[in-house]
Amino acid sequence: MQGFLDQLIRNAGHDPATWPWTQFVYLAAMGAVAFLVINFAAITAGIFSWAERRVAARMQSRVGPNRVGPGGFLQWIADAVKLLLKEDLVPDEADKVLFRAAPYFMMVGFACVFVTLPFSHRLIVADMNLGIFYILAVTALIVVGIIMSGWSSNSKWSLFGAIRSAAQIISYEIPAGMALMIPVLLAGTMSTQGIIRAQGGFPWQWYLFDNPAATAAFFIYFISALAEGNRTPFDLPEAESELVSGYNTEYSGMRFSYFFLVEWGNMWIMSALAVTMFCGGWQLPACPRSASMPSPAGRRCLPKSPRWRSSPARRFSSSSW
Amino acid sequence: MSKPLELPTMDMENKEVLRRIEVGGDMLLNMGPQHPSTHGVINFLVQTDGEVMKRAIPEVGYLHRSIEKIGERCTYNGFMPYTDRVDYIAAMFANQGWAIAVEKLLGLSVPKRAEYCRVIACELNRISSHLISVGTMAMDVGAVTPFPYALREREFINDLLEELCGARLTYNYLRIGGVAFDLPSGYADKVSTFLDHFEKILDEFNRLITYNEIFIKRLGHLAPIPAQMAIDYCLVGPNLRASGVNFDVRKQLPYSVYPEFQFDVPLGKGEVGTPGDSWDRFWCRVEEMRQSCRILRQALAQIPNDTQIMAKVPRKIKAPEGQEAYSRIESARGDMQYYVVAGPGENAHRVKIRTGSFTAMGIIDSLSRGLMIADLVALIASLDVVAPEIDR
Repeated sequence: MQGFLDQLIRNAGHDPATWPWTQFVYLAAMGAVAFLVINFAAITAGIFSWAERRVAARMQSRVGPNRVGPGGFLQWIADAVKLLLKEDLVPDEADKVLFRAAPYFMMVGFACVFVTLPFSHRLIVADMNLGIFYILAVTALIVVGIIMSGWSSNSKWSLFGAIRSAAQIISYEIPAGMALMIPVLLAGTMSTQGIIRAQGGFPWQWYLFDNPAATAAFFIYFISALAEGNRTPFDLPEAESELVSGYNTEYSGMRFSYFFLVEWGNMWIMSALAVTMFCGGWQLPACPRSASMPSPAGRRCLPKSPRWRSSPARRFSSSSW
Repeated sequence: MSKPLELPTMDMENKEVLRRIEVGGDMLLNMGPQHPSTHGVINFLVQTDGEVMKRAIPEVGYLHRSIEKIGERCTYNGFMPYTDRVDYIAAMFANQGWAIAVEKLLGLSVPKRAEYCRVIACELNRISSHLISVGTMAMDVGAVTPFPYALREREFINDLLEELCGARLTYNYLRIGGVAFDLPSGYADKVSTFLDHFEKILDEFNRLITYNEIFIKRLGHLAPIPAQMAIDYCLVGPNLRASGVNFDVRKQLPYSVYPEFQFDVPLGKGEVGTPGDSWDRFWCRVEEMRQSCRILRQALAQIPNDTQIMAKVPRKIKAPEGQEAYSRIESARGDMQYYVVAGPGENAHRVKIRTGSFTAMGIIDSLSRGLMIADLVALIASLDVVAPEIDR
């Protein structure tokens, strides 16, 4: 990213090392990327919410959202606008500071994951060498937000929902984390890009089908991801019947929409993580790695690191299976 | 087998009692009155230790509309639309109970065709009421999908009843001495087409939810009511029969033309758990829908072909002052009883309605001990309480 910016500055006829505006260009680029990533998250979450509502409606012989836009496709925008315009109520008895802060904790925990999620061999905010650790660490912030919201609402029902939710997410984070360690061991690296590069574009090169241990790990991860995302077989925290809506009962307006954004976006992140770890990431079958997605600078891919080829785990896996 | 539990009286107004609960380390949770799973405006005072309940005390009265008092101010015919509001999910039965009570008061006999019309309307309504009950029960334990399935079938019944009497919820179809309208032409065909369709749906419903393993695991053994306890607490209808007590007013104290029909009374046997558990109550309702279909088929085949649907009823209905009448009918929620004492004029001196949901509230306190909060929701749903019927 920095190299690309330096190149742009050089093209404009300045030396990035001495030009006084270099830092501002970096800052502006960071702002733009952050804006793009967060909006990507919001839009994905919105489209997913529309898709689930439509599909669930069909399964339950209902109609679902069908008024706004073709097939109700823009319903999520209408909902978002409505939620933004609504009054942001804070209960009288609530712990006001924590109550206001809780949705931001969840948003931060959710948006930070996008930093290490690779979209192509170059389209990634930061390819950290501790990528998986980083993802597991920042998603834990979501639990903090949930407990904060449940506690600060000063409602027994919210507290019930928060405790249930936190208990469930924390307990299922352990199997999810352990399952994610299998690809890490196979690839010999924790960097998300490294793990993708260790797999190939063809399905038989994916860890999912390449190694029985990884196949088992994939299903363990899938089940834990359902639980972490509070999806249907594990929707105890939301418990429509007795808790009505769980930890976010007292919220309204934009803060409420944050909870929903995080919930839907989390589903996307769980799936993206599964693809990264088990299904070969952004690679396409029979395409050179650099062709999978055009790189922003139109430059050639960096020379491939041979490191993963010599990893003992990889050798073990290719000779045994 | 179960001796009546000793229940300390708890005064809801007594703040000292409520305070003691909280000081004792337990939490006092108000479940209601605006809680969606209490099936209307009922409040449950739940004393919990975390998720485990120590007690749940129903606090009724939020939906009291003094319907009985209204009955004492209206004329006998004028009260008929109000009876719809006693139990809006099964309004036809409340109509029928009132009609039978006043007919007994006056010594009227109802034409045969009108009796058949009543049975057809009531059994259709029983199916629609049980559909709501089983649908909401599935939803209350977390399965959202069966609920719209049940409501979809209920729509057909609503259409049929709308064609019959012009209303979809509060029917006001029965009159003292008969019914308001005769069956429209081609009605028998429409109802049997629906029944052909519906009996298949019932099998599908059984496959989808009743014998679903998750559902059985959730509801089998949950809050079982032994037969003696059910009798002690005056449970009625499917709640009583699920405990294995064979008592159906249609069989034991026959009224209307029910003796002319062949039908079985499904009894809970503890097929997947303890006899009288929540699953049995659910299953009883599903089976009763099947029996209602049987009754409907027989009623449509046997309905007499004359045209008289109203007995000769005087324009001003007056009964000798002080005369009493008592009617018992098998409503969708069980034994529904009307007690009328005639007043001096055109209205009753006293009207008393005894409903199944109200007595079902009494057992919740003793059943709820040791259950989880989520189980309380399933228990309320399995007892099929309807808030307006509790409070009237």
